[in-house]
Amino acid sequence: MSDKRVIALYTLPALLILLVLIYVPIVLTAYYGLMDWDGIGAMTFVGLENYTALLSDGMFWRSAYHSLLLALFSVGSLVLYLAISLILASNVKGANLFRKIYLIPMLLSSVAIAQLWLRIYHPTNGVMNRFLTSVGIENPPLWLSDTSIVLFAIFIPIIWQYAGFYIIIYYAALKNIPAELEEAAKIDGATPFQIAYKIKLPLIAGVMKVTVVLAVIGSLKYFDLIYVMTDGGPSGASEVMASYMYKLAFRTNDFGYGSAVGFFLLVLILIVTYLIRRATASKEDQVQY
Amino acid sequence: MSSSTATATTSEGLKLGPFRFKPLNLLLYIALSLVAVIQILPLVWLFLFSLKDNQEVFNLPPLALPGDPQWGNYARVWTEGNIGLYFFNSVLVTGSAVILTVLLASFVTFAITRMKWKLNKLVLGLFMVGLMIPVHSTIIPLFSFFSSVGLMDTHLSIILTYTAFNLPLTMMILLGFYYTIPRELEEAAIMDGCSVHRMFFRIILPITAPVVATTAIINMIYNWNEFIFVNTFLSSDRNKTLTVGIQNFIGQYSTDWGAIGATLVISMLPILIAFLLLSNRIVEGMTAGSVKG
Repeated sequence: MSDKRVIALYTLPALLILLVLIYVPIVLTAYYGLMDWDGIGAMTFVGLENYTALLSDGMFWRSAYHSLLLALFSVGSLVLYLAISLILASNVKGANLFRKIYLIPMLLSSVAIAQLWLRIYHPTNGVMNRFLTSVGIENPPLWLSDTSIVLFAIFIPIIWQYAGFYIIIYYAALKNIPAELEEAAKIDGATPFQIAYKIKLPLIAGVMKVTVVLAVIGSLKYFDLIYVMTDGGPSGASEVMASYMYKLAFRTNDFGYGSAVGFFLLVLILIVTYLIRRATASKEDQVQY
Repeated sequence: MSSSTATATTSEGLKLGPFRFKPLNLLLYIALSLVAVIQILPLVWLFLFSLKDNQEVFNLPPLALPGDPQWGNYARVWTEGNIGLYFFNSVLVTGSAVILTVLLASFVTFAITRMKWKLNKLVLGLFMVGLMIPVHSTIIPLFSFFSSVGLMDTHLSIILTYTAFNLPLTMMILLGFYYTIPRELEEAAIMDGCSVHRMFFRIILPITAPVVATTAIINMIYNWNEFIFVNTFLSSDRNKTLTVGIQNFIGQYSTDWGAIGATLVISMLPILIAFLLLSNRIVEGMTAGSVKG
């Protein structure tokens, strides 16, 4: 079938929405990034001034560093998720129930999760510190107001939120491996650890690559929980790139500078995706099973 | 399952027997259960404090059952806190966006996978690149765009934005299914003089119902929980959805833990109920949506 009218009729509405609400804004973000603009008044063209200002903006680099830490932390936690998935996929009874339970936090809104964890971390009434005081720790940390630990205190609920998501992805990939491979290895006397390391992991290398990309990208643009729980504070100790951008635009009305940060974020994400995909592209991708 | 039965038939499996692995199995179960407890415990605690008054929240052990369950907390936030209105707005916005997204995505996926035209690879590429675009890099222009066309603080701005950002993922899940539909089916329908539209609505949509349901529920979860757009575009109380509504409400009642707990539980309830009913579908959709990328 190739009726042009029908094709246009079926394609154009979605395409129009995509172009107007995603692609045009991307171009405009790049354009606004070249302007001095408060969002309401007249725009003044300032060239690359916003971008050069970024280079010497300590707060921006600090937030970028925090985003990078989150990315490292997230990728690190993938190892844990992978270990859990390996156990889960090894014919454990109730595996289906387990993976569903793991997924639950991922289904809930970041605002609800943030509000819940604000209470978990509450200095006196929160579960965390009530537990610590009950086991004899007299001055438990002030999780969200101590600049030296706030960032890690925020990473924990983020890891908690996404654990189930990665576990179900790994689980599905591991379940896709034909049972014969494992059986053959067992006959040859391979230990469960060898089977996991030498057979299963190489076979799901493609999926592992995808999860690394997802974790890094997700971390670089992470926003919700941080915005609600600490708003980047105290004094910038938990600021990340997305929250900094949001503040620039919608608190200080510096739309031009905010756009520059937004565009930087986009380019960074595209570059990182490309680099990770290239760096991890290998023969394993061609493995057929 | 197939491998465990198969193992039992190999000499190796029989020799080892079930006993040798028992202590290890127990250890693995303990590990898995521990993770399950970590994932679920904060929510159990939330539910418990939603039924307590402050006295009990602060004085009883965190996981103690409430002496006299305060169901009144739920009634109170529903009537006093505008939660009912926010809930309705969330249903309206989420529902409209889900229907629009799934329908438009089905149209495009159909045109891309089942019809012959020159630009179809390019169009598909545009949608797939959309998967990588962070919402933060578009929000400033979207804000000024909606302001200039008078759509700021309307549900329409939210519905359209959700549709735009969910189309790529929805299409990605649909694509795999559409490729498996046999060509003969369409050819037969065309032979019988069926129009393309009739074929789409009478044959293709019904056949794709299972995957459409999966994408619909995934969309529902994302839209129901979305934060940055509603927080930026909606300002008046009567338009707010639950995600921003509860944020405000909690700001006002920050010391009443029972009320806060009840509000959060109400906001989570539709998703948790959907999950109880459709968990397999959700798990499938989430896996398909990420792995095929």
